[in-house]
Amino acid sequence: MKILVPVKRVVDYNVKIRVKPDGSGVELANIKMSMNPFDEIAVEEALRLKEAGKASEVVAVSIGPAKTDETIRTALAMGADRGIWVKTDEAGIEPLTVAKLLKKVVEAEGPTLVILGKQAIDDDCNQTGQMLSALLGWPQATFASKVVLGDTGVEVTREIDGGLQTLRLDLPAVLTTDLRLNEPRYASLPNIMKAKKKPIDEKSPADLGVDLAPRLEILSTSEPAGRTAGIKVGSAAELVDHLKKAGVL
Amino acid sequence: MADSLPTLLLAEHDDASLNPVTARALTAAKALGAPVHMLVVGENARAAAEAAAKLDGVAEVLLADAPAYAHRLAEPVAALGVALAKEYGAVVAPSTAVWKSVMPRIAALLDVMQVSDVIAVVAPDIFDRPIYAGNAIQRVRATDGKKVLTIRTASFAATGEATGASSAPIRAVEPAGTAAGNAARSSFVGEDIAASARPELTAARIIVSGGRAVGSAENFHAVIEPLADALGAAVGASRAAVDAGYAPNDWQVGQTGKVVAPDLYIALGISGAIQHLAGMKDSKVIVAVNKDEEAPIFQVADFGIVGDLFEVVPALKTEIAKAKA
Ligand SMILES: Cc1cc2nc3c(=O)[nH]c(=O)nc-3n(C[C@H](O)[C@H](O)[C@H](O)COP(=O)(O)OP(=O)(O)OC[C@H]3O[C@@H](n4cnc5c(N)ncnc54)[C@H](O)[C@@H]3O)c2cc1C
Ligand SMILES: Nc1ncnc2c1ncn2[C@@H]1O[C@H](COP(=O)(O)O)[C@@H](O)[C@H]1O
Repeated sequence: MKILVPVKRVVDYNVKIRVKPDGSGVELANIKMSMNPFDEIAVEEALRLKEAGKASEVVAVSIGPAKTDETIRTALAMGADRGIWVKTDEAGIEPLTVAKLLKKVVEAEGPTLVILGKQAIDDDCNQTGQMLSALLGWPQATFASKVVLGDTGVEVTREIDGGLQTLRLDLPAVLTTDLRLNEPRYASLPNIMKAKKKPIDEKSPADLGVDLAPRLEILSTSEPAGRTAGIKVGSAAELVDHLKKAGVL
Repeated sequence: MADSLPTLLLAEHDDASLNPVTARALTAAKALGAPVHMLVVGENARAAAEAAAKLDGVAEVLLADAPAYAHRLAEPVAALGVALAKEYGAVVAPSTAVWKSVMPRIAALLDVMQVSDVIAVVAPDIFDRPIYAGNAIQRVRATDGKKVLTIRTASFAATGEATGASSAPIRAVEPAGTAAGNAARSSFVGEDIAASARPELTAARIIVSGGRAVGSAENFHAVIEPLADALGAAVGASRAAVDAGYAPNDWQVGQTGKVVAPDLYIALGISGAIQHLAGMKDSKVIVAVNKDEEAPIFQVADFGIVGDLFEVVPALKTEIAKAKA
């Protein structure tokens, strides 16, 4: 049983991004990039299923321009068996397009499970897994915080608005990860060395027959309305006075 | 022409009642300029449909009431949405857990790129949305004929009820043909929903949130919750507090938790990481209590107290009781 894990290269979560002064986008030159944190959780979950003897192979796939292979290598260093790189000229491929490309990869690879992150922390779209699942006609469980894999189905506990919900899905299925699913491992030095020898198969969007033309035209990118620091107060009594004056108590 | 077609708003509700975020999403739906129809999908959901019919500006309520829609599983609900979408120029829903799961399915099956988390409707095809945890705002033109939008409800005021006794008509819609087929492949096993007498996070006027510094679930009960109750507030938490098991997952406020904009947000022992700020920085008034005067939360707080939350919170509770007496 094979597990496919789509991983996205994004600006590291610790970086405070800057909007370009001309409003044309976000400054990406010389910025630390990492694997999307939710995708690390997805890789970890796949590896745990493999280590538990429930999966035979973990394949990491990423869609993106030059250096995207570094992110695939990170997944290989964590323990994924091999990688697939759908090489594009630019970053920022829209979720609908990513889902169409992933569908082609799924059709070629035949995984039983696809585990994605629930959300990429750059575009914050929270769409790709659901779109892939719909295009494949497979059942989905988003926001997974616990995954119990059986032979014919998977039971998934999900983080929803009021608490937790458990679903049972037939296989094959698409899952997306939430923060509490697991704590991803760090790649050890020997594993980083080993990862260098693991294969990464390169594909072009044209090979897969998917048109990359975006559907959303980005008109501008701007700074959010800022907030300025207020005042420090010395006591609870003083605070309550201020809150009364502000009309919020 | 797609833009002469009405807008379909998908209601957030629990069958018995309409969630207040629906009235906020309605404000965004109306801004598209077309008549708004509301879909209430669930099992035994007539009560929610009746509440929806009272909201101002709702031309018609579609009620899809069937066992297949219990718990609003993504596959059957998306199939219904796709079947209905033919007659609509836009399909709109609040960004809640249910609709975040359903809407991208609808979008993909319609071959439309969804616009997630709309914070402003600039024109019927132009929208603002936050990216990078709200550290940048993108303005996009959606070029697909149909629009599929999820709404960040904290950014829109609620639409009230229509004046007078007028209610929109409620029309029953049949389950969409493909619903059952797909639904059979995913099924509901159970849920663990904590009943709470407190207001819901996304609807609350005041929120009291605790961070890692609260230290334990017991301290949340003994220190944070009494302050919240004194204020009639909802309780929130940082990711660190949720990860540590001090607070349930659905209390998490932030980029990947709930996004809130109450009148008053009180952050207790929360450092103010960008991922947390992403979920609360549009609150009207922000109060922070933190031992570390350099904590980034103070950069967004209107009023800060540098101090130990275990000393400040009880004192604050006493002062609030005095103020309310
Ligand atoms: C992909 C991703 C998504 C994330 N999503 C979210 C999200 O949605 N929401 C979220 O909150 N975080 C999120 N985070 C985590 C975020 O980066 C921070 O780690 C988290 O917000 C920190 O929580 P905290 O402020 O409670 O803890 P800390 O950063 O540890 O801060 C604790 C604070 O308490 C203060 N303190 C200590 N003792 C006391 C005391 N006795 N009295 C008063 N103050 C005290 C300290 O000075 C410190 O400032 C996410 C991270 C990632 C990578
Ligand atoms: N370019 C990409 N390459 C590989 N996986 C991706 C890509 N974009 C999105 N994903 C996957 O889809 C998830 C959700 O992304 P999004 O819908 O953009 O928020 C991510 O966590 C990844 O697992």
